[in-house]
Amino acid sequence: MTAVSTPQGAPGAGTRGVPALDAIRVRADFPIFAHHEARGRPLVYLDSGATTQKPRAVIDRMARFYAEEYANIHRGVYALSAEATARHDEARARVARFLGAAAPHEVIFTRGTTEGINLVAQAWGHATLHPGDEILVTGMEHHSNIVPWQLVAAQRGAVVRAAPITEAGELDLDGFRRLLTERVRMVAVVHLSNALGTINPVREIADLAHAAGALVLVDGAQSAAHLPVDVQALGCDFFACSGHKLFGPTGIGVLWGREALLDRMPPWQGGGDMIASVAVEGSTWAPLPAKFEAGTPHIAGAIGLDAALAYVESLGLAAVAAHEEALLAHATAAVAAVPGVRLVGTARHKASVLAFVMDGVHPHDLGTVLDADGICIRAGHHCAQPLMRRLGLAATARASFSVYNTHDDIEALVRGLRRARELLAG
Amino acid sequence: MSALDELYQSVILDHNRNPRNWGRLPAPARQADGYNPLCGDQVAVYVLVDGDTVREVTFEGQGCAISKASASLMTTAVKGRPRAEVERLVGGFHDLVTGKGATEGARALPSSLRVFANVAQFPTRVKCASLAWHALRAALDDKPPAVVQLGS
Repeated sequence: MTAVSTPQGAPGAGTRGVPALDAIRVRADFPIFAHHEARGRPLVYLDSGATTQKPRAVIDRMARFYAEEYANIHRGVYALSAEATARHDEARARVARFLGAAAPHEVIFTRGTTEGINLVAQAWGHATLHPGDEILVTGMEHHSNIVPWQLVAAQRGAVVRAAPITEAGELDLDGFRRLLTERVRMVAVVHLSNALGTINPVREIADLAHAAGALVLVDGAQSAAHLPVDVQALGCDFFACSGHKLFGPTGIGVLWGREALLDRMPPWQGGGDMIASVAVEGSTWAPLPAKFEAGTPHIAGAIGLDAALAYVESLGLAAVAAHEEALLAHATAAVAAVPGVRLVGTARHKASVLAFVMDGVHPHDLGTVLDADGICIRAGHHCAQPLMRRLGLAATARASFSVYNTHDDIEALVRGLRRARELLAG
Repeated sequence: MSALDELYQSVILDHNRNPRNWGRLPAPARQADGYNPLCGDQVAVYVLVDGDTVREVTFEGQGCAISKASASLMTTAVKGRPRAEVERLVGGFHDLVTGKGATEGARALPSSLRVFANVAQFPTRVKCASLAWHALRAALDDKPPAVVQLGS
């Protein structure tokens, strides 16, 4: 992978006055590619929807923190701990700027998107939901934006409903409006679908939900790495995302929530760091964000995430989005032209994800054949079984794109798909 | 042959396209379902045991070429065999696809099943190959309804 067959400024890039991303140079920032290339097996990594590769800046920052700066935070009177605390606080401040939060203490560090949604479901839901209340999700949600609501609904006698989607994989807004009754307390919606690539009209959804008296949680697991996110512009009340899909480490994620809402929510986990004072008879809670961060947090994870966001900012999310738009346009046309292939998810507004099936070839077999050429795709139900059922599919194949992908990667994918068809359906 | 060609041998592709013994068996046949939540593959295996003999075996379900061919070839291999022999085939097949092809049980497998030896080189596909066999074992254990869950 040393050259691009299609100009980097292919459709999308540069059209909005955004400087085009040089994917070859970006690729050099991620050591995993040179590692595999040096061993004669270049990596065509098309599974960034599952997790992104890590740039040198993140790997080095975390190693340096552990090697030179490590101590627990909020503890010691000694300088090393105070410094670590300051680095951790800086990470929170950068996340707040990245998402457009009103203040750093609106940012809660979690293990990832899943934990962020569970936090809201438990802390908000347990204190708020009554029998007969409803939580409205959509038919394209990841299991992590369905099951946490089912758990709290079962505890509180509430009901989870899903707004319908169209054949193209778009939210059916009329169907959504019909389900948005006064019983709905929370609308939980994915920003960018991991299984389809659909970008949901979050602002419109949020305005409708608020008018109906419901709050809005946005699952930003996919979107934060691909679209500029501003929680104020989105108009949501909670936004959850994961570090590892954003070039950061695993085990760190973010829940953003409006201060007034977070203040009213009780803690969901108890332990050290989240209290104001403890007596055996009862305890009082620390202010935000500590109230929701019991126990020693993933300090190095937060610092790694800080480095990851700095890296993304250095590329510019507008340039990232333009680059990926060009890749997606190229891949959509090229993959659809492979005999026997049908695209799954053809929404008007899409980003970074291309899902498809091939006649007579199961997605797993596709995945194995592509893997023989070092091409990594995802095959399966993508943790979205209700969506798969709606589409009448057991599984799909999914290629997902990120900053380090080139147009050569897409050509390799297409060659692999043709080979798989010859081998398995010929 | 490349590793891929060895995995997808013609007999496997043939059984994927034209699975043998496809369908259900009515009671008193026993049924067990295998399900891999990791990928959504599922198989239902039906077994009619007559005394000590596995008289009939059929299956249906959905899955990849490896899982379908494995189920199909399994039915052709175990049909009409004494139960004890079937148990040995189950053990031998498990050895074969987990890279222990030199065990007595694996070496005793008919050549129609030994085509799955290459699955061992594809760790992510071992569960595909073994799904129907787990279901067969559950069906033979006669504790219906049996459901085998694989994966994480």
